[in-house]
Amino acid sequence: MSSFLSVRDLVVHFPTVDGVVKATENLSYELDRGQTLGIVGESGSGKSVSSSAILGLHRGTNAEVSGEIMLDGVDLLKVNDETIRRKRGREVAMIFQDPLSAMHPYYTVGNQISEAYRVHNNVSRKQARARTVEMLDRVGIPQPDRRVDDYPHQFSGGMRQRAMIAMALINDPGLLIADEPTTALDVTVQAQILDLLQDLQREFNSAIIIITHDLGVVAEMADDVLVMYAGRAVEYGPTKEILVHPEMPYTWGLLSSVPDVVGDTDAKLIPIRGNPPSLLTPPAGCAFHPRCDHTDKVPGRLCFTTLPELTPARAGGDHTKRCHLVNPDEVYAKEVLPEIAPEMSEEDA
Amino acid sequence: MSSSEPLTDASAADASPVESSGAHAASRLDPGAKAVLTVQNLRMYFPVKTSGIIRRTVGHVQAVDGVSFQVPTGGALGLVGESGCGKSTTGRLITRLLRPTGGTIDFDGRDIAQLSNRELLPLRREIQMIFQDPATSLNPRHTVGAIVGAPLLIHKVVPKDKVLPRVQELLEIVGLNPEHYNRYPHEFSGGQRQRIGIARALTLQPKLLVADEPVSALDVSIQAQVINLLQDVQKEFGIGFLFIAHDLAVVRHFCPEVAVMYLGKIVEIADRETLYLRPHHPYTQALLSAVPDVKQAAIGGRRERIRLEGDVPSPILPPSGCRFRTRCSLAQEICAKVEPPLMQIGPRHKVACHFAGELGHAPKEPVTMQVCGVDAHGSPVAGAAPDVQLNEPGFSDSWLDLQTGQRAGA
Repeated sequence: MSSFLSVRDLVVHFPTVDGVVKATENLSYELDRGQTLGIVGESGSGKSVSSSAILGLHRGTNAEVSGEIMLDGVDLLKVNDETIRRKRGREVAMIFQDPLSAMHPYYTVGNQISEAYRVHNNVSRKQARARTVEMLDRVGIPQPDRRVDDYPHQFSGGMRQRAMIAMALINDPGLLIADEPTTALDVTVQAQILDLLQDLQREFNSAIIIITHDLGVVAEMADDVLVMYAGRAVEYGPTKEILVHPEMPYTWGLLSSVPDVVGDTDAKLIPIRGNPPSLLTPPAGCAFHPRCDHTDKVPGRLCFTTLPELTPARAGGDHTKRCHLVNPDEVYAKEVLPEIAPEMSEEDA
Repeated sequence: MSSSEPLTDASAADASPVESSGAHAASRLDPGAKAVLTVQNLRMYFPVKTSGIIRRTVGHVQAVDGVSFQVPTGGALGLVGESGCGKSTTGRLITRLLRPTGGTIDFDGRDIAQLSNRELLPLRREIQMIFQDPATSLNPRHTVGAIVGAPLLIHKVVPKDKVLPRVQELLEIVGLNPEHYNRYPHEFSGGQRQRIGIARALTLQPKLLVADEPVSALDVSIQAQVINLLQDVQKEFGIGFLFIAHDLAVVRHFCPEVAVMYLGKIVEIADRETLYLRPHHPYTQALLSAVPDVKQAAIGGRRERIRLEGDVPSPILPPSGCRFRTRCSLAQEICAKVEPPLMQIGPRHKVACHFAGELGHAPKEPVTMQVCGVDAHGSPVAGAAPDVQLNEPGFSDSWLDLQTGQRAGA
């Protein structure tokens, strides 16, 4: 049986006067109902661009999109605009990072949420309003029958994000794409929103793609992780596998460059050198090689000349990585882990 | 360290090649350091006015309400809290971008809280600020050389012909190419722009740097670069840092001492180990439990989250008594009646809670009865006098031991 969502060889290119911006290159992943996929990467790694392709948001722009996006047996890249318009918001919905700029300041919150419902369902205004109040209550907005007539600026940041979630879920979509849903929020509110998303996922059995740069969010939410760098997947597999046995130096970099609230204070903070590459002229070979500390371990300057394929990791399973290193697990255990988690590597030793 | 000294295990680890390539361990606490900044009972009330022609004052936003702390010379104090808790306002008061409503700001032996702009001018050299968003805090029409060199010209630190070499030196210190002094901010990436902001703050060799969310606008891999740079300049120039951030993990790494703010007040202040391992205030506990944690999840364990319901109340009409009581699971009658004082309960640990205790071990009786002179329900007890001086910055040699209920001392 094929998966609920299956993305194959997705390519998104933006032709510009300076050349083609290769925002996403040959991206493939699968996702089932009730499952959560976390897409991790820095700004400009192509994580948002690849996900908006699912919603058909690149239609009508000069973007060149190819590949295959199968949602419930239908290729979303092949269907016409009218079909995707009917699916958008009903079968696939999106939550944006900044709810203040994603909402219209001149319309009440209730107006905007019920519009999403009325577009896809043949109901009266009154019914739509009742449904809106019900959804606002479901996402935990106090006094929903009164707050439904408020404008977005009258909501706090956390409440706005709840309203966005209510808007996205009002049609009970099978797939929910959350693009940095908690980045603009405080940690306590972030925890509330993540809990809410998990509750709603259990209730509606929807598939969730959560796009974030925070590995902590991924660790709590996602069943699978896809790490992206310069438009390509560089590591993909079950969350636990990837966090415990990462085999790609970029993932190591992400793990070692964020401090922790628990654990040893001897843990060191090791930044990734340099800056993310330009998608206009990505480096030859492995896109990560200018920032990688381990290129000298690969013979024949392979990192500088040849793009590594996405191959099964040493640990096996569904874990794949894009790296030339022959023994990434040993390098990680010997060189990276002792620096970032001294007490963990001692236990292993 | 002289090279003839035998290398101990610790120093050998310090000298490892990774250290020189930019890996940084967390900053350590120096308990004996003298304070460069002492803030006592600092208050900032913003008036709320009616609209219309006659603008009457109808209330005050109590953005900062009686905050006291110290920043050690060459050390760092972290200030954390949710948005709207007054941490940024505190930073702006200390840099005197705002004039406080009350309280003292003792900088290097001088109260700067109510000085006029003219009197402040020489002091501006000593206290500098790093802003959150490097894109909006750098003038897009000025070159980097002009931005970093402006403080030198204003304060006439060096002759005009020496400004450029000094600017290039500063750019080199923060890891930028000194040849790029004639470029504009938009030609740099986010991380590089933040480095320009740091170079500008370092220009006048300040004694105190207020860093307001210095890394939250940056990508994760770039965040670590900037944090390490800040640690380097702190060590090299002996600058005291007031590090304001909402990211508890970043603060834990950079600051040996941390203060937690809620609705304009400090609810807990302690050294890093105590605050992160044994927080005694329910708000600190909730805040810490809300942080998603990579390493915990990686090994399969997941800490139980304490759900905080609702939003932060309005600072115009804060709740009576303890300001956290509306969201607190421990709240009882006394919490609405009596405001808990910030009392010292350990060598370097203060907390403002009637039921202060480690997570899951909150006491049944209020621990503050004696201190406040009240009974368990918050009613005043005749003849009882509060027995400690409260709201003092810094730490004293004796404290209230929560286990025994008696005074203890070092």
